[in-house]
Amino acid sequence: MAPISIDAAALLTSVQSIVPEIIVVATAIFVLLLDLAISEEKKHLLCGMGLLGIGVALFSVYALGQGRIEGFSGMIVHDGMGAFFDVVILSACALTFLMATGYSEWEGTHKGEFYSLILLSTSGMMFMAKGTDLMTVFLGLETLSIPIYVLVGFHRNRMSSLEGALKYFLLGAFASGFLLYGIALIYAVTGTTKIPVLATMLYDPRILASPLFLAGTGLLLVGFAFKVSLVPFHMWTPDAYEGAPTVVTAFMSAAVKAAAFAALIRVLLVALPGMQPVLWKVLWGLAVLTMTVGNLSALVQNNVKRLLAYSSIAHAGYILVGLVSGDVLGGQASLFYLLVYAFMNMGAFGVVMLIAQKEDEGYDIANLAGIGFKYPALGALLTLFLISLGGIPPTAGFVGKFYLFSAAVKNGYIWLAVIGVLNSAASIYYYLRMVVYMYMVTPDVEVAVPRPPRILFSMALCASAVVVVVLGIIPRSVLEIAERSVLSLLM
Amino acid sequence: MVDGILNYLWLVPALPLLGVIVNSVIALFVERPLLLAEEDHGAPSHGPSTRGTSAPMGEGHGASHAAPAYRKLVAFVGPAVVGASFVVSLLAVLALAARPAHDRLFVQVLFPWIQAGTFFAPAAFQLDPLSSVMILVVTGVGFLIHVYSVGYMSHEKAFARYFIYLNLFTFAMLLLVLGSNFLLMFVGWEGVGLCSYLLIGYWYEKKSAADAGKKAFIVNRVGDFGFLVAVFLIFWTFGTVEYTEVFGKIPGLAASGVLTTGIATAITLLLFVGAVGKSAQIPLYVWLPDAMEGPTPVSALIHAATMVTAGVYMVARTNALYLLAPTSMAVVAVVGAATALFSATIGITQNDIKRVLAYSTVSQLGYMFLACGVGAFTAGIFHLMTHAFFKALLFLGSGSVIHALSGEQDMRKMGSLRKHLPITFTTMFIATLAISGIPGLSGFFSKDEILWKSFSSGHGHVGLWLVGTAAAGITAFYMFRLVFLTFFGDSRMEPEVEKHVHESPYSMTVPLMLLAVLSVAGGWIGIPHVLGGYNYFEEWLAPVFAHGAEGAAHGGAHASAALEVLLMAGSVGVALCGIGLAWYLYRVRTEVPKEIADRVPGLYDLVLNKYYVDEIYDVAIVRKIVNGSIWLWEAFDTAFLDGIVNGIAALVKGAGERTRRLQTGVVGNYAFSLLLGAVILVGFLLWS
Repeated sequence: MAPISIDAAALLTSVQSIVPEIIVVATAIFVLLLDLAISEEKKHLLCGMGLLGIGVALFSVYALGQGRIEGFSGMIVHDGMGAFFDVVILSACALTFLMATGYSEWEGTHKGEFYSLILLSTSGMMFMAKGTDLMTVFLGLETLSIPIYVLVGFHRNRMSSLEGALKYFLLGAFASGFLLYGIALIYAVTGTTKIPVLATMLYDPRILASPLFLAGTGLLLVGFAFKVSLVPFHMWTPDAYEGAPTVVTAFMSAAVKAAAFAALIRVLLVALPGMQPVLWKVLWGLAVLTMTVGNLSALVQNNVKRLLAYSSIAHAGYILVGLVSGDVLGGQASLFYLLVYAFMNMGAFGVVMLIAQKEDEGYDIANLAGIGFKYPALGALLTLFLISLGGIPPTAGFVGKFYLFSAAVKNGYIWLAVIGVLNSAASIYYYLRMVVYMYMVTPDVEVAVPRPPRILFSMALCASAVVVVVLGIIPRSVLEIAERSVLSLLM
Repeated sequence: MVDGILNYLWLVPALPLLGVIVNSVIALFVERPLLLAEEDHGAPSHGPSTRGTSAPMGEGHGASHAAPAYRKLVAFVGPAVVGASFVVSLLAVLALAARPAHDRLFVQVLFPWIQAGTFFAPAAFQLDPLSSVMILVVTGVGFLIHVYSVGYMSHEKAFARYFIYLNLFTFAMLLLVLGSNFLLMFVGWEGVGLCSYLLIGYWYEKKSAADAGKKAFIVNRVGDFGFLVAVFLIFWTFGTVEYTEVFGKIPGLAASGVLTTGIATAITLLLFVGAVGKSAQIPLYVWLPDAMEGPTPVSALIHAATMVTAGVYMVARTNALYLLAPTSMAVVAVVGAATALFSATIGITQNDIKRVLAYSTVSQLGYMFLACGVGAFTAGIFHLMTHAFFKALLFLGSGSVIHALSGEQDMRKMGSLRKHLPITFTTMFIATLAISGIPGLSGFFSKDEILWKSFSSGHGHVGLWLVGTAAAGITAFYMFRLVFLTFFGDSRMEPEVEKHVHESPYSMTVPLMLLAVLSVAGGWIGIPHVLGGYNYFEEWLAPVFAHGAEGAAHGGAHASAALEVLLMAGSVGVALCGIGLAWYLYRVRTEVPKEIADRVPGLYDLVLNKYYVDEIYDVAIVRKIVNGSIWLWEAFDTAFLDGIVNGIAALVKGAGERTRRLQTGVVGNYAFSLLLGAVILVGFLLWS
């Protein structure tokens, strides 16, 4: 047996490919240790340190440039796609931090581990988005999930928080099992877990016809579908989203979804184009089901958090529309939408968080009554985010949806686009309902006094609003980046 | 170079946008603190000038405190930006007119908006004869209505907020008509919808106003859905959404068989769904009468002169596609004619002065679609323009009446106002003559053009002509009913109201007078050849409707000039009959209408209640959707899976298991749903 030789140059490249992740993990550990060392009054430093770490990580993504860096014998790759999702996930993480400062104090959950857990979860997401081996994807998924389970239950003395966490954890474990079993079956047939290698194996018609392989692919899809909450794998979402501290809900809805979709897109576009003739039917069905059930359920909700949870399910359906065709145009539309969605949804959650007085109580839709004129800035911001979610121009949400549906049309899935547009039209109703409450319903009692936002919090909201408006009017450069990112996959 | 002004085309929409920004700053930093301070100083029981609960122009007349400086600024900026926009539009159109007819197309690309792969949609404005007419109407009539608003809304607290919405609306409408592609049109389309919604609900303290706003928005979603799907189909078929490229490709694609009649029909019918929603045609007209809850100048601008005509503009813009789809043309014509007649009959029984005008608007929009449906696009746009003049005048006049009567809108409580409001009466009377189709006035030329084409065009039919002529007679009847009830006879006003009756200030009456001039003379640019005129309007629009003119002329060639004059005389005769009947019933034998209503109570109630369409929709659609989604939600999230789980549990483990299921049940259900989904998914993959 030959001794294992260490190739120093290869190791260096490998390390280089995960520099942003290393920075995030290091920050997480540093924040955790710092928490022990500093006194209670200085806890706000933790958030600042976290933001600093995120900033450095973002810079490292930028510094790594456009090139493709493969590491760890093809387990992970830093390519255009990875960089794109690093930016999306880190932005979502940064917004979470900006919003978390005040929130944690109001809710009395000001704990150092909160920030480390968010950062650790973020690192898992980034690994998942950059993994080119199904094992890396799985490990990333677990790394991101376990901190999230804890975060959902962070309000230790609230029943709904604990209930949400437990449900999410139990079902999440179940879904991880499916995913892992799927990977095992695929490995059993092909002898590999590497995504690019799988693609070449699929030229063999015997593998494509193998029941084990098909079952493996199906189970793999189930695992992803659970994480991005596609119907009928969505049942945990409303409970977990409602129970979790709102700031965590916002983080989950944006970042977890982005990471899981990143891995799904990589698998679909790189490994499984050979299965497209069969797979599109499955994805088509899932997309239609998810959009429709999500939107119709959202119509009847009176709890704003639950409403936004169903809305996020519906949005997973829209994003999936871009993946049905399995081509570059659809992929880039999904990428663009995921970015836009992160900002508009976190923005909406942010405003709602300010208006709600207290967890478990303040999220009734009636609580929004009269906010519009009394607090015009908050009202205008929430309206902007909601019309963007509804896909009304000239916001980024409209451009994103238009792009998704036109990709479907371009590839001949006209009915899918029709159903999507119909869904989108129906969704306006419940988004608008919130606007109606803000501007046109006279409150029965005193108008709720929103919590005065910290400067950092206001910055997060304004940044989200700017992104939503700017990408609505001049989306071109970002669309081009998304296109390059998808193309980088196929190189 | 005269052409130079065209490079400033972007100013046309940009100026109203500037107004939005300036007014927003004022509203946010000056008006809002004032309003909040006022609110804090007591007056919780809705301040004296909060009109929401009472009615417009209720109080605050005598005690009109000096207007703060900021209100003067708003009163200047709001109208001024639109006026400036009108000047730029006029210069640009003149520059366009200086070009030779075949070269009257100017596209100004501002920046590439969406571009990826083969798809390209720039943010660009297109000025051609059709959009010229539209921008002149929007900025011209819009300017007059802005000026009028200064007077009408002078007692309103949220003055700056009102002008933000109004300017924003003007901006969106200009975007809609100037955009050089379907996507930009859609942006404007949604924008005007949003502003309309905000303005209908302006007095949001009043529940009916808020409800009307919601209704308008929701009904319009149905239309927008059609529009958006049509845009996707256009993109799918032509690979572009730019007007010039799409219409340029039509002959080639039609010849090569890519653009079949089926696709053209699908696209045009879907577009028409959008138009039906926005322009309040059967079956989606129900929102427009309710939209009268908004301030009256808003009704004039949005719900008469501009926004509701967007559907007509869109159909006219896509005329080349419509001409490929005879079925769609027929649908447009029939829906238009049916709407024209149907809503005219409702107009007879309404007692609220604004509702009469609302149904009248729906009916007149029907005429425009009838014109488009028979291929007479020029006539449709011509009527769009003249209608903008006289209907805006009618609404503003009714606003002046309502203003004078401290908010009274019920015509049964008016009468004899001729003496008190001479200017309002004279101008409104002119508009009534115009809409009734009295020869020489604008409405006569445009309406007669439509009726003639619906008879003579290759797409026309004698049935359409009959329906249109009948509706014209009814129009004359209900409009003169309105005038007689409001301005003639004995006063039926309440004594308290009668004391305060007064003519409106100049800021309101001057726009009325200008619109009256336009209502008379606006039609003279389109006098038909048969009356010895030279139809400038038709010639001006000819480059846009080249195909349309051919289609319309095809049948027209056979008909003789004598027939045209005969039909013209016929429709004037019908209108005169309508006027005569109104005179007889409401001036001579005023007891007769009551008797008729008593004689046929069923029919009268049916029409008075607008054929119960709102109620039918409520039962048939609204409640079904609400119940349906509740059912679906419960069924899917609880009952369906619960049911399966229950069933299996009962089968396998018996009743004892049930209690346990209730303990930890929900997670179990969720897991079961996951498993079920996985089985189906994997099963499908294996099976296919």
